[in-house]
Amino acid sequence: MRYSYYPGCTAETTAYEFGRSTEAACEALGIELVELEDWNCCGATSAHSLSLQLNYELSARTVGLGQEARLDMVVACPGCYQRVLNSDHRLRTDEAFRHEMEQVLGFEYNGQGQIRHLLDVLTNDVSLEAVREKVVKPLTGLRPVPYYGCVLVRPPALTGWDDAEHPALMDGVIDALGAEVMDWSHKVDCCGASLALNRSDVVITLSNKLVDNAIEAGANCLVTVCGMCHLNLDTRQKGQNLPIFYLTELMGLAFGSPPRDVNKWMKKHAVDGRPLIKSLELV
Amino acid sequence: MGTMAVATPVVITDPIFTQTVQARSHEPVMRCFYCQKCSIGCPTAFAMDYQPAQVLKMVQLGQKEALLSSRAIWLCIGCETCGARCPNDIRINNVMDVLKEMALEEGVKPAEKEVYALHRSFLNSIKRFGRVNEMTMIAEYLFRVPLKLLDELGVGLVLIIKGKVLHLWSAIEERDKVRELYRRAGM
Repeated sequence: MRYSYYPGCTAETTAYEFGRSTEAACEALGIELVELEDWNCCGATSAHSLSLQLNYELSARTVGLGQEARLDMVVACPGCYQRVLNSDHRLRTDEAFRHEMEQVLGFEYNGQGQIRHLLDVLTNDVSLEAVREKVVKPLTGLRPVPYYGCVLVRPPALTGWDDAEHPALMDGVIDALGAEVMDWSHKVDCCGASLALNRSDVVITLSNKLVDNAIEAGANCLVTVCGMCHLNLDTRQKGQNLPIFYLTELMGLAFGSPPRDVNKWMKKHAVDGRPLIKSLELV
Repeated sequence: MGTMAVATPVVITDPIFTQTVQARSHEPVMRCFYCQKCSIGCPTAFAMDYQPAQVLKMVQLGQKEALLSSRAIWLCIGCETCGARCPNDIRINNVMDVLKEMALEEGVKPAEKEVYALHRSFLNSIKRFGRVNEMTMIAEYLFRVPLKLLDELGVGLVLIIKGKVLHLWSAIEERDKVRELYRRAGM
């Protein structure tokens, strides 16, 4: 299985461990990720907040970079995923925009590759059975709530996700890893995202509500696939001490990644999840 | 004899504004029948001066000035909960984005100064390097709103200790293309 790969900025910085564990998990599953050459930032919330045009055009370049390869493009960051999906949709449906972008950026749009989120690829291309088969260390005793966050599933008309209010794709993967998925009502609630450094009062309120609800649901950790969510949930707790893991870190752990690598990822978290992993004898 | 209720006449302040927002956002704002699902689901509504349903109503009534100088438009984080739940398929976040754009075009000072400062610093960082460079972004942000340093020192230190923000960053090759996109957008 071969895909174009758009890591996004956070995979190199605040979500470094997400980037590395994504690559490790994909390698273990035989997913070949061909990183887009010279990719740029999608502009995230800031671009669409100050200029819708800039927002569409930054990600049009990203779509353009993947055209020649004619492969589906895997995106792991929900923010990037949504921005690129929006631009791809516009390139597909707005002829004037497509022509203009082809000229300004110098690419030819063939629309043959789809923009796919990692969870979609894991479930629909790789299959949960294949994920289950790769597990050498079932994550017994781990009771995570799956947290999808806001932009991964929305807008439903573009993402085509299984359910915009109660998605289950991540639940399936966590279950395949041998952990016990805890049900809760906050899968797609927002953590406060881009208000992280400018209205942290709002982020602290929203993030702590999520952490408290996860604990109330009986979870001993929370699983995310978003760098922004991780940052907010991990660094803004008020002493609850709930470990926040990236799904791909848990995949690496279950697939038997070298303990040194797992340690290198997990030591990046503000709330140290390693004591929990150790107490469950998973390392 | 009972008193008859007298309805307050609805004043449509700026009908052109309504049409402009509708045309620029491609969202059917006139369809809103005020069910308020958006306001109820909105995670940041508690911090807003006008709730999302109110924002739509104000667009319908052409209340341009109040909207462009509102906090609400800057506190919308684009999580799209509103749009996903709207029975009339209005993606309200698109309306919010258009309102922010119009505020900037008309020279209205953003009511949430820090929110604007971060967006601007973030985008300037991409303009320089093609990708986000946290160091220059945060430096510019703190230059714009120096007092934020005190508020966010704790989290900043955690991020530095965990080695999450101090990466040396190599710029992308085709920076000129990214800058061309900025030029086109007037940014």
